[in-house]
Amino acid sequence: MKQGIITKVSGPLVVAQDMAEARMADVVRVGNIGLIGEIIEIREQDASIQVYEETGGIGPGEPVTTTGEPLSVELGPGLLASIYDGIQRPLDVIWTLVGDYITRGIRTNALNREKKWAFVPTIKNGAMVTGGDILGFVQETELIKHQIMVPLGLDGEVVEIYAGEFTVIEPICKIRTKDGVGDITMMQKWPVRKPRPYKEKLVPNMPLITGQRVIDTFFPIGKGGTACAPGPFGAGKTVIQHQLAKWADAEIIIFIGCGERGNEMTDVLLEFPELIDPKSGKPLMDRTILIANTSNMPVTAREASIYTGITIAEYFRDMGYSVALMADSTSRWAEALREMSGRLEEMPGEEGYPAYLASRIAGFYERAGRVICCGSDEREGILSVIGAVSPPGGDLNDPVVQSTLKVVKVFWSLEDWLAYERHFPAINWLTSYSLYHEKIEEFMTQKITADWTEIRQNAMNLLQREGELKEIVRLVGMDAISNEDRLILETARTIREDFLHQNAFDAIDAYTSFAKQYQMLMIILDFHKIASSALKKGAKIDDVLNLPCRQEIVRMRNIPEDQLAGFDGIRERMIEQIKGLGGK
Amino acid sequence: MIKEYLTIEEIAGPLVLVGEVEGVKYEELVELEMPGGEVRRGRVLECRGDKALVQLFESATGINIQQTRVRFLGKGLEIGVSMDMLGRIFDGLGHPIDKGPNIIPEKRLNIAGNPINPYARDYPLEFIQTGISSIDGLNTLVRGQKLPIFSGFGLPHIELAAQIARQATVLQKVGADLCVCSDKQETEDRTSDPESSSEKFAVVFGAMGITFEDANYFITDFKRTGAIERAVLFMNLADDPAIERIATPRVALTAAEYLAFEQGMHVLVILIDMTNYCEALREISAARKEVPGRRGYPGYLYTDLSTLYERAGRIKGKNGSITLIPVLSMPEDDKTHPIPDLTGYITEGQIILDRNLYRKGCYPSINVLPSLSRLRDKGVGAGKTREDHAGLANQLFAAYARGKQAEELKVILGETALSDADKAFLRFSTGFEDRFVTQGINENRTITETLNIGWELLRLLPRQELKRVKDEYIDKYMGN
Repeated sequence: MKQGIITKVSGPLVVAQDMAEARMADVVRVGNIGLIGEIIEIREQDASIQVYEETGGIGPGEPVTTTGEPLSVELGPGLLASIYDGIQRPLDVIWTLVGDYITRGIRTNALNREKKWAFVPTIKNGAMVTGGDILGFVQETELIKHQIMVPLGLDGEVVEIYAGEFTVIEPICKIRTKDGVGDITMMQKWPVRKPRPYKEKLVPNMPLITGQRVIDTFFPIGKGGTACAPGPFGAGKTVIQHQLAKWADAEIIIFIGCGERGNEMTDVLLEFPELIDPKSGKPLMDRTILIANTSNMPVTAREASIYTGITIAEYFRDMGYSVALMADSTSRWAEALREMSGRLEEMPGEEGYPAYLASRIAGFYERAGRVICCGSDEREGILSVIGAVSPPGGDLNDPVVQSTLKVVKVFWSLEDWLAYERHFPAINWLTSYSLYHEKIEEFMTQKITADWTEIRQNAMNLLQREGELKEIVRLVGMDAISNEDRLILETARTIREDFLHQNAFDAIDAYTSFAKQYQMLMIILDFHKIASSALKKGAKIDDVLNLPCRQEIVRMRNIPEDQLAGFDGIRERMIEQIKGLGGK
Repeated sequence: MIKEYLTIEEIAGPLVLVGEVEGVKYEELVELEMPGGEVRRGRVLECRGDKALVQLFESATGINIQQTRVRFLGKGLEIGVSMDMLGRIFDGLGHPIDKGPNIIPEKRLNIAGNPINPYARDYPLEFIQTGISSIDGLNTLVRGQKLPIFSGFGLPHIELAAQIARQATVLQKVGADLCVCSDKQETEDRTSDPESSSEKFAVVFGAMGITFEDANYFITDFKRTGAIERAVLFMNLADDPAIERIATPRVALTAAEYLAFEQGMHVLVILIDMTNYCEALREISAARKEVPGRRGYPGYLYTDLSTLYERAGRIKGKNGSITLIPVLSMPEDDKTHPIPDLTGYITEGQIILDRNLYRKGCYPSINVLPSLSRLRDKGVGAGKTREDHAGLANQLFAAYARGKQAEELKVILGETALSDADKAFLRFSTGFEDRFVTQGINENRTITETLNIGWELLRLLPRQELKRVKDEYIDKYMGN
């Protein structure tokens, strides 16, 4: 193919002429050292290219060649437990190649070409297959069976299928299509900017259980749903993302560190192999894929990292897994868009962001969902997406926040004043919302408890009433309000401090099962109910508040998951003690 | 043979447009030779066809369209590094200004640096004792962390930064006990020869646009304590060209990387004042007529700052480390101003100085509530500081926050409106500011002293209010 010639270099933007043959979104090699870039604009003979590596030392006159392919990811065994940069280059391989610093022009394969995987076929010769059908599997890690699927868009008859040890580029199967017989390898490619297709999209109908009380109880995210967590720095966005990555009941976790701190990725890298999945007892790393494009790595690759991550996520969804993707932070991705837009001298929209910001954000979150996967067995796959947003100054009027809120169904409002009081997770219980309550209600009433909605609503009412009462107290003082209202204030405080507050670094407190959440909330509400009837009968509010069982309520978070019977004891003593207060 | 061009077409602020050039590369180093023979330096900011846009690192004064010769050197801006840098003072571009000889470089390094591979990073875990209670106890600094100081005009950030540089030490495990491993400045304590210690320390100081007096405070302080022997100072003062500030932090960090990752030293880098750096960046952006982001700062300010801050850290298998303390002054004490805001998103926490505390006569005026060290929980606990550290710190935070609320309530409703518990918290928060936060400019508290003061203060509170600490620690450390 004809070479183009560079005419302009401005940061990550390179303009080349004589590029008439190139297509939009093609990957190109830029300059004498062959940096990786992508065509983002074509005007007559000139192509604008965003380069995924530092462009220092590149100048006009150097060649540009197109690969004729769009930016794609390699999909196949070897993905799990990997750490990739924004364009799916394995960072561990880069480290062995060039050492501690990432230099330029490195070419590596995303998947190891030499490693042999034991392929076990699950269909027979002669079977008719269609795109998405499962041919067999590789036990990639102890936790995950990596299903090998017929590439999408391929229909035909299995002529031959092999069992045994293969690399990802060796044929494992021959399929006769209308165009003749072709080899199938375990590795496939898929362009990152094109959502992988599915048969049908379904509405989320059960919660993604996270073990985080404020999330599961009050602001749950549906499996296959979307959530966002905007907040100023220091409000604990990253800790929440890490907690979800650790504890969410998804089978595959994709964690995208998009323009964030290098040490945070290191933290994940060091911690996840040590952490044990509570369900299977295997290291969490076995089900995790990390995409790390830290803030000091090229800004354009940050733009691509989100798409790289979600395409890999869709691939595992297509196998029938429940996948959760965390993106930290989508603001950095939007800033990368803004930077390229500025260099392209496009007319800016709000705050200098390009006019297409909202549609790009919507397009990204819409790739989440509960779907019937391609293939003939109608299996269900789930992809839940949770994005952190880092608005400047914590200001929710930021265009990235607003465009995100337009499409996501759960809003966890992180507030710095809560973080200052060391109330973590610093999710504001009054302004956050979840639109999944109705959709998951059936699941909750059947699987957890019939009165779930009522309990949740009661607790939320108390918190809301507290907000109003606090205003009154601020104006007229504590003495002016009734004893019932004082009890409401105290109960709400208990809900906040002993239920919503959760210590991510405490072994027992870090994860709370639904059963325990239910017990904890019930104890608090029962206390409120019994105490208020005692108050009506004439008991003194100070006596009620000084009962020893209140100390037990404070410490109930420390009750281990296997000793939930302990809650009954607390309840008995509570009833006993309130009875002992007498009254009429 | 390097070509010389006499084809400058335009000079606007810090930017020079050179025409009819050939083979110019992006980011290339440029020399401009003045008619008198003086050489200024710059770098290629954009090349388009046969034109190159050059951003100067030095003042544009005196550059002339007809006579100034331009040379493109085919490499980026480099500095020569060697161990001889220790004890020396340089200007913002790395030229010695202390009347000493030029250093003979062991090697030359590009100041732009490369991003550290996240896979190669080692996690910061080692506690650094700064001797300042509000940092050690509550917002703990660890080796390899980047922890900025957010200050305002007229607040004691210069003194604080110098105190940290003077006092910072690492506790080392000797048998079962922790002891202070003697560090750079305490020369008088250093009885045995320094070579016997396997740990080597250095301070790299990068000044951007600070006044002579402020700079002099550091130099004098470093000389007084002998710390200068292990310090490298890069000085761009307020009257130096603003544009030079673009290079200064990169020069300083390049020197730090050499000392840390090639010489195995533990380097504390202090960059002061980042606000001046960002303003220089804004100047260039404005001269290029770029679409401005918030408050006129360029949209890539986050990325630019991160390429500085992220150079701190630890690398697997390397002895050395870079701990970075950028100091910045918040215009109007506004934390949501783009500079502190974007800094806070990159760094691992922040130390915020507070004007009200300063007015009360409290040095170092650290407001602990909005301050944060993200790495604290990794750097404290049994074997690192003390087992009760994390719980105690959480309790102090929560109690101080509650005390501050009670104080507000008192202002509105008067003291009578406070409950007994509120009054106790109010007493606590006053005591906390007076005894825990406030300390002398030369007072170096050990971590044990710091924690014990914390426990003493907690005695002011009813015991059932101590929800964040374990009972066993209350029994063990609070006494009575």
